[in-house]
Amino acid sequence: MTTTSPTTGTRQPVRDDSDVVRVRQAVRRLAQQARLSLVDQTKLVTAASELARNTLVHGGGGEAEVELVTSGLRTGVRAVFSDQGPGIADLDLALTDGWTSGGGLGLGLSGSRRLVEHFAIDTTPGVGTRVEIAAWAR
Amino acid sequence: MNEVPILKIGSTLLVSIQVELQDDTVLQLQEDLAARITRTGARGVIIDISGLEIVDSFIGRMLASVAAVSRVLDARTVVVGMRPAVAITMVELGLGLHGVQTALDVDRGLALLSPDSGAAEDVLLAAVERDAG
Repeated sequence: MTTTSPTTGTRQPVRDDSDVVRVRQAVRRLAQQARLSLVDQTKLVTAASELARNTLVHGGGGEAEVELVTSGLRTGVRAVFSDQGPGIADLDLALTDGWTSGGGLGLGLSGSRRLVEHFAIDTTPGVGTRVEIAAWAR
Repeated sequence: MNEVPILKIGSTLLVSIQVELQDDTVLQLQEDLAARITRTGARGVIIDISGLEIVDSFIGRMLASVAAVSRVLDARTVVVGMRPAVAITMVELGLGLHGVQTALDVDRGLALLSPDSGAAEDVLLAAVERDAG
């Protein structure tokens, strides 16, 4: 079975509040294309919103790459958020519920990890942070 | 940035969020609501989020702080119209919306805020007890 998708991916800057909205929209569009359930779409878009805001607020801006992916017979969506910000010194701590470096609720990183099937983070103090998430249609 | 209109119905302020919420819009709405409560002496605030496809931690925090601020200003807040998928996602994210009263729709929200909602419940209870014999 071969399908051709009108859009298979997009790379977007994350420089201000309106970019966070654009990233959410791009993720939703692809999640619909990948035929994720409504709940899974909502979870993925919410996670993307948290992570895009992290990129903006903690990373000082960066970019988001969103694309359709396949794993075996399953179709899914992968989103990668990267910045050249200060990085995260204590990753275990940052992944703890309720821990916050700023005025937030401390749910962004730990919460978004719970919302998606795949979550990977790569961070180096002084170099930057890259977070990758993905969800597949069931 | 899109502005979210605030309507006044009697002593209740009604906000129906129909736009994709940007963070600065959220902050603006929070300030506008506090100002309107003080200016109008409103006793209740209904925030309709049926148009929202997601509630992330930023929006969740806004809802909780609007509820807290309005409480201090002697008004009650009811958040109505949350979509099922949004509710499931919010709970998994870890957002419990503590201190925020919710109702399924605007009608039920208004009933909660009406000054005689306690009396209405009493009537209902009496009816139930009577039926139960």
